[in-house]
Amino acid sequence: MPLVSQRDFLSGLMFMIVGSSFAWGAVDYEIGQAARMGPGYFPFMLGLILVGLGALVAVNSFRSGPPGGDRIGSIAWRPLVFILGANLLFGALLVGLPSFGLPPFGFIVAIFGLVTLSGYARQGCKLRESIILATILAVGSYVAFVKLLNLQFPVLPWFLAN
Amino acid sequence: MDLINNLLLGFGVAFTFQNLIYAFVGCLLGTLIGVLPGIGPLATIAMLLPATYGLPPVAALIMLAGIYYGAQYGGSTTAILVNLPGESSSVVTVLDGYQMARKGRAGPALAAAGLGSFFAGCVGTLILAGFAAPLTEVALEFGPAEYFSLMVVGLIGAVVLASGSLLKALSMIVLGLLLGLVGTDVNSGVARYSFDIPELTDGISILAIAMGIFGYGEIIQNLSHPDEKREVFTGKVDHIFPTAQDFKRMLPAVLRGTTLGSALGILPGGGALLSAFTAYTIEKKTKLQAGEIPFGQGNIRGVAAPEAANNAGAQTSFIPLLTLGIPPNAVMALMVGAMTIHNIQPGPQVMTSNPELFWGLIASMWIGNAMLVILNLPLIGIWIKLLTVPYKWLFPAIVLFCAIGVYSTNNNSFDIWMVALFGLIGYVFIKLGCEPAPLLLGLILGPMMEEYLRRALLISRGEWSVFVTRPISASLLVVALVLLTIVLLPAVKKKREEAFVED
Repeated sequence: MPLVSQRDFLSGLMFMIVGSSFAWGAVDYEIGQAARMGPGYFPFMLGLILVGLGALVAVNSFRSGPPGGDRIGSIAWRPLVFILGANLLFGALLVGLPSFGLPPFGFIVAIFGLVTLSGYARQGCKLRESIILATILAVGSYVAFVKLLNLQFPVLPWFLAN
Repeated sequence: MDLINNLLLGFGVAFTFQNLIYAFVGCLLGTLIGVLPGIGPLATIAMLLPATYGLPPVAALIMLAGIYYGAQYGGSTTAILVNLPGESSSVVTVLDGYQMARKGRAGPALAAAGLGSFFAGCVGTLILAGFAAPLTEVALEFGPAEYFSLMVVGLIGAVVLASGSLLKALSMIVLGLLLGLVGTDVNSGVARYSFDIPELTDGISILAIAMGIFGYGEIIQNLSHPDEKREVFTGKVDHIFPTAQDFKRMLPAVLRGTTLGSALGILPGGGALLSAFTAYTIEKKTKLQAGEIPFGQGNIRGVAAPEAANNAGAQTSFIPLLTLGIPPNAVMALMVGAMTIHNIQPGPQVMTSNPELFWGLIASMWIGNAMLVILNLPLIGIWIKLLTVPYKWLFPAIVLFCAIGVYSTNNNSFDIWMVALFGLIGYVFIKLGCEPAPLLLGLILGPMMEEYLRRALLISRGEWSVFVTRPISASLLVVALVLLTIVLLPAVKKKREEAFVED
């Protein structure tokens, strides 16, 4: 039988996997009965419901869907990697990663890191533009978040902070 | 009269210098993100929630509410001038608004949107004020069984009115409910699904999920197609004021839009988007007067009605939140988060325990609407300038504000890793065509539903029949069932699919 909607089929599969993992995990907690529900009762039920719904979605993907197979299409690796990478870099630079021996570089360095790296998510990005933008955002964020809103950040790198 | 006394109390709170400032900041930010395509009120409210920690609760809620209804005003500007919905709720405004702009009537189109929104906002606020007290009375009669059934109706309603596949939307809700259960179970103290990670015992931060899915997921998706060409009417927009003829046509459309929006905003799953859509469909069904421009070619009614409706809907969707404590849409789900952060349990007791907050918020909405008309009509030039800011300057800033916002919620880098994870998940949802808004609703309601279910069944000694033997609960479940059956009827199903394909 041909697949009519690739997206729906994979969605159904995803729901089934997630639902069964939750239900399976719930077995480890006490399930109990309706009158005295244990911590596993509600997640176990919901997990099973999700498996059922996922199965229906997957079955339906053979029957109906938009014309053209409703394919997933290509994955935008470039923005995916650079946007998420920029976010991770920000976290790593801001507070450091003690388990990897990376000291904290603080707020300002982290902003430059995030803005420059995320710039590459777009094709034809220019480093000079990113640095200008990073400078504006660093000054603006420092004034807005640290000075005006009084949010607590490690501002300077570890070797400059006292 | 009680209502007048209450409103006076509200205006007393809203008219303090500090609260006026926050209402203004909220409206300004709302207009800003409304104008900018690619960032919506959800991500913005999520980003700014942490910044409101230091504020008094009234000021925080006034500002966050301003962002939501302010975005409805700003969204129309982009729709009319750029042929791009600045906000999802202005999707239908694009159809006639942009055509008007092309015919040199951008001014009247903007005025129709602004004045229509203002009128609708005022009516919506009045309805909110009028309905709040009686509904709260009803809500106080509710026991756990009724609350559970009410949430079922809410979730089913959200699915029925959402766009796209019914089954997938249902699945997303259940997924949201499950994610909401991560963390320590209040009853037994067991840390569920926390994988021995201490940060997870408090549950997954709703902000991390909202920012990851609605912020990062969307950015990745936006960047995956090449820069679209935007035709912006950056020239001078003059003759803002509509002609007498325009007014004559606008007025009934605005009235219809307002009525519809106010009604649909209260419904679970309703709010700005649905209201605008329905209003446009109804306007299109009415007969054209002699000499009137057809719809889709620049009819002023096609701008006035949906803009009035989306603003009325945005306003009245606060009713279920403030009276029952149940969020009717994803933005309201975040407002629950905001209230909880400030130690306010949303629900019928807010009105009696925090009357200043309750009535102050309502009064601020009226003031905010007045500010928005001024922000959007005479100052339209500023927003037009803003539209020329290219996306390449915008998206790194959005990524940055999300990262800063999520870190400052707990001053913990763990939430930053979570945003990245949910950014990835958000992109997967987009690729699979799974609408994420119902998930957010489920996430908020998950723990509440479990608690009410547990209490209801504890009282009934495990008898599930309690949900159908108690009359209010039974009728609520019937409503949910009827809603589901209606959408599944073949005729309605077809119509529904057609309706959502149109955009």
